[in-house]
Amino acid sequence: MPAVQETVDQVRSIDVDQYKYGFFTEIESEKAPKGLTEDTIRFISAKKDEPEWMLEWRLEAFRRWQTMREPEWARVSYPPIAYQELYYYSAPKRKTALSIDDIDPEILKTYEKLGIPLRERDALLGIESGGAKVAVDAVFDSVSVATTFKEELAKAGVIFMPISEAIREYPDLVRKYLGSVVPVTDNFFATLNSAVFSDGSFVYVPKGVRCPMELSTYFRINERNTGQFERTLIIADEGAYVSYLEGCTAPQRDENQLHAAVVELVALADAEIKYSTVQNWYPGDSQGKGGIFNFVTKRGDCRGDRSKISWTQVETGSAITWKYPSCILRGDNSQGEFYSIAISNGRQQVDSGTKMIHLGKNTSSRIISKGIAAGYSDNTYRGLVSAHRKATNARNFTNCDSLLIGDKCGAHTVPYIESKNSSAHFEHEATTSKISEDQLFYCRQRGLDPEEATALIVNGFVKDVLQQLPMEFAVEAQKLIAVSLEGSVG
Amino acid sequence: MNAEIRPIRTPAEQALIAELGGLPAGTDRLADLRRAAARSFEEHGLPHRRVEEWKYTDLRTLMRDAVPVAGTAAVAEADARARALREVEVRRIVVANGAVVPELSDLAGLEEGLTITTLAGAIASGDEVLSRIGGILPGRYDAALALNTALAKDGVVLTVAPGVSIARPIHVAHVFAGDAAAASYARSLVVVGAGAKLTYVESFEGPEAIAYQANSATEFVVGDEAHLDVVRLQQDGGSAFHLSTILFDVGRHAQVHAFTFATGASVARTSLYATLSGDASHVGFNGAALLKGRQHSDSTLFVDHQVPGCESRELFKTVLDDSSRGVFQGKIVVRQAAQKTDGRMMSRALLLGEDAEMDNKPELEIFADDVACGHGATCGDIDEELLFYLRARGIPLKEAQSLLVQAFVGEAIETVEHDGLREALVEQAEAWLKARG
Amino acid sequence: MAMLDIDNLHAKIDGDEGQEILKGLSLKVNPGEVHAIMGPNGSGKSTLSYILAGKEDYEVTDGSVTLDGEDLLEMEIDERAAKGVFLAFQYPVEVPGVATMTFLRSALNAQRKKRGEAEISTPDFLRLVRDKAANLGISQDMLRRGVNVGFSGGEKKRAEILQMAILEPKLCILDETDSGLDIDALKVVSEGVNALRSPDRAMIVITHYQRLLNHIVPDFVHVMHKGRIVRSGGKELALELEANGYAEYQQDAA
Repeated sequence: MPAVQETVDQVRSIDVDQYKYGFFTEIESEKAPKGLTEDTIRFISAKKDEPEWMLEWRLEAFRRWQTMREPEWARVSYPPIAYQELYYYSAPKRKTALSIDDIDPEILKTYEKLGIPLRERDALLGIESGGAKVAVDAVFDSVSVATTFKEELAKAGVIFMPISEAIREYPDLVRKYLGSVVPVTDNFFATLNSAVFSDGSFVYVPKGVRCPMELSTYFRINERNTGQFERTLIIADEGAYVSYLEGCTAPQRDENQLHAAVVELVALADAEIKYSTVQNWYPGDSQGKGGIFNFVTKRGDCRGDRSKISWTQVETGSAITWKYPSCILRGDNSQGEFYSIAISNGRQQVDSGTKMIHLGKNTSSRIISKGIAAGYSDNTYRGLVSAHRKATNARNFTNCDSLLIGDKCGAHTVPYIESKNSSAHFEHEATTSKISEDQLFYCRQRGLDPEEATALIVNGFVKDVLQQLPMEFAVEAQKLIAVSLEGSVG
Repeated sequence: MNAEIRPIRTPAEQALIAELGGLPAGTDRLADLRRAAARSFEEHGLPHRRVEEWKYTDLRTLMRDAVPVAGTAAVAEADARARALREVEVRRIVVANGAVVPELSDLAGLEEGLTITTLAGAIASGDEVLSRIGGILPGRYDAALALNTALAKDGVVLTVAPGVSIARPIHVAHVFAGDAAAASYARSLVVVGAGAKLTYVESFEGPEAIAYQANSATEFVVGDEAHLDVVRLQQDGGSAFHLSTILFDVGRHAQVHAFTFATGASVARTSLYATLSGDASHVGFNGAALLKGRQHSDSTLFVDHQVPGCESRELFKTVLDDSSRGVFQGKIVVRQAAQKTDGRMMSRALLLGEDAEMDNKPELEIFADDVACGHGATCGDIDEELLFYLRARGIPLKEAQSLLVQAFVGEAIETVEHDGLREALVEQAEAWLKARG
Repeated sequence: MAMLDIDNLHAKIDGDEGQEILKGLSLKVNPGEVHAIMGPNGSGKSTLSYILAGKEDYEVTDGSVTLDGEDLLEMEIDERAAKGVFLAFQYPVEVPGVATMTFLRSALNAQRKKRGEAEISTPDFLRLVRDKAANLGISQDMLRRGVNVGFSGGEKKRAEILQMAILEPKLCILDETDSGLDIDALKVVSEGVNALRSPDRAMIVITHYQRLLNHIVPDFVHVMHKGRIVRSGGKELALELEANGYAEYQQDAA
């Protein structure tokens, strides 16, 4: 099996040190004092000029968090996190920008480097996005630095703004929905987020409105020793539609950085939310030094009848990923989808999957998960599909495929399939294999080198998921997959 | 991290720990094993839903009370209770209340190369075969097995010499006899020598209305190139608690098939542990469970591929009527050395009762890259289109349902190689459906 | 200098203690020539094609193979492809999720890049594929599907010839291209192959039956048996084999 050996050798020489987004931007920032106490929370709340109820909400979460323990059930291991050694708030020192021209040019440059056009002018020209318009909210460390296309969106009645602003401007909406999908006490990381979240995006699409463009948030962790705790809340009112994209990067650093976000989606009757993520946080170097701890709670509530929530994720970054974008299928005839590509390399550890909770009648869900493990990484799919007593005629189809590149990595599949309703039909299938030597030989006989051949076959393997991404993202994701594997076979 | 916070011990745990306190002293290996098992039970107690392997069968809640250890069974009653597979030509050994009943056991004229003794006898005579007891480790704490190891005093100890083929199946009929709830523990050991061949049958029966607790464990040590078929028939009484553990250590080029047919007990849990320690073996672990009323039945499998080139197949079928609950957990582990592993696992459930519940958890844990592994799980009610098709041909609803259920479990029963046993199982399935009406 | 020069080639399955499959095979192929290699099953025909393409399951224990004077055996699989070696597989594998179009383009550009040529432009590529595909009766739908996924036996073979036509190799090795083809499909495939015959290009046609050679008429016919070429002749040799079968050689073996 010389070909296998060759692949293995290439995997050994893996080099995730090639992370392209690992630069650091020199800007002055303002931070909360290190550590986490009630005072830190009061500091954050005061910085954000928050109403009293918001502060109370945070403090309650904080008190609860102090009684909680970090979850240990996931197949990931990492040194204990020193929560008191972190900064919980960091903001670029310049005043929050009033218009795009007020943004610190260094930050603008950062986003340009990342390929995110903040300037509406550029976006209007269709730069980087192949002609389609994308409204962007850029979150830099703890604050949102710019949101584009605000006016045009406002015309359609769509609210798209940093959540810190929404708390002030639309307190009723925020109060009604915040924490209604991921309760304050949901889990250790979500509770921590509830206490200290600093910013994130807020979207409200009113009744019957089809959001005229894709909405996008770009997250960037810049500061050292800073946790990022963003909070995203998206509400699609009856009959509304919105497609939302999320991207993330961080500088290359020797120490680990914590990212504990919460995303809540609410789809009312006949509404549809499509949420796509390309997660490319710094994964650490090839020896497992540094990298982001990505402990994220994402959940969508199909609250109304015939509503639909679709999660698509391409996970290539982070040292540790702990993430289960889920759907609560509450409304009758509601639908949930989860499409995922998770690639791990080097010393990365991924424990990711989804939960599809069928509560309403005639609800349906679909899970397509493609995991690729290379190097010394561990890649776990963990998922729950459940039908409650009243979920008559619930349907689920799950397909989880894993691919191993090299014999030092692990691929694991842990599905929980629970049905309490006889008319619910669930179907689950999973496979684990390696790239077939015959396929590699065939591709190489036609002139592709091992790396090209592997990338091609892997792209074929993940195609069902790539197809779910909006065009611009799909292209980016495809490149990212090739880059992630560059280390593993080149 | 913090030490696990132990909840207060339940009455059942307290009673069991008291029972464990009465272990006989001794310095031999078996006594050490018993003490170690007792200590681990004292430490961990009964598993609850936060213990991953018992997530769906919370013994702390389900096993409210511990019952005293059963006394010796009356021979006549034991004989009357052991009804299973009477029509099949087998060598029968009756184990009543955890003890072999010589009067009811056919231990004469053993084939050349076959030895059968009792665990109690082996302990009394210091038989060196005892050194193999407790030799297969599940790799994790298992409360049912720990209790069995600590408390079982008797069972069957059977060896087949290398190269010997035993044509007549050995049938160990476990029964509970008595009119008050009690607990029985039986421990058996089956050693199949290199190149030997054996069919081994276990059945479990007891009175319908008595809440007895039957705990059995059998270890199968399968030599290189040996061929072992195991058929198990779990028909414990409807109020009973059934806990059984079967453990396999499989040598190179060996072939092992095990089939468990379960219709009995109020709460049943069968754990199967297989360690594939010799390369290029083939194992097939299959089962069918037919449940009704408020029965709870859990099949948990752990197949550990440690060496290259093995093939494992699992097919489990569960039929759930009324408000019964079925659990299937199956884990295939492929270690780094186990290249060229081919492992496939499938669990299918048919929910007939509106309040029935099925929990499926098939798992893959893979550390070798050159493998082809997969699992599947389905659950749902009877395919309406199939039903319609049959009815359109004039078959009444109930009959059509029966036919489809029969076909559904039939696919799993088909894997039993022994003709007589397979036919007996098909009849059992038919009888279950008929009783359903 | 011959284009392909196989000299005293010995080979066995890699890591296998067993017997050699090729036991001193020699063959010279010049540009423009079409050589047929015939022989009973198990004579080592497919092994030869795999070794020429560089499949890593085999170990060459003796002898040499040169392509235009360069040591072929030292080259990587894809390097050989870029130098113009094309193997039409007996059983083309499926590559799910990778559209045939994408695959063809990736292969063509990878080869051009290795040869220091510019990548082909999208319109040129589309035109190229459209023209060649039409001749072989390959639909646009097939081109959009994954490589060989869901193709019938005949479709797979036609797709192989399409790849050959687009990649324009120097040396084509057709491994049992006729297997699994009905007479109509055989005609289409043969016409595709014949259209590629040129003074600069050589072909090795491996087949068990003479049937294919009615359509692709060879310049030379070789009989392979027990890992060696035991007889060579003109196209009439194929007819003789058709009449007498391989019995004569099998008797030799006995």
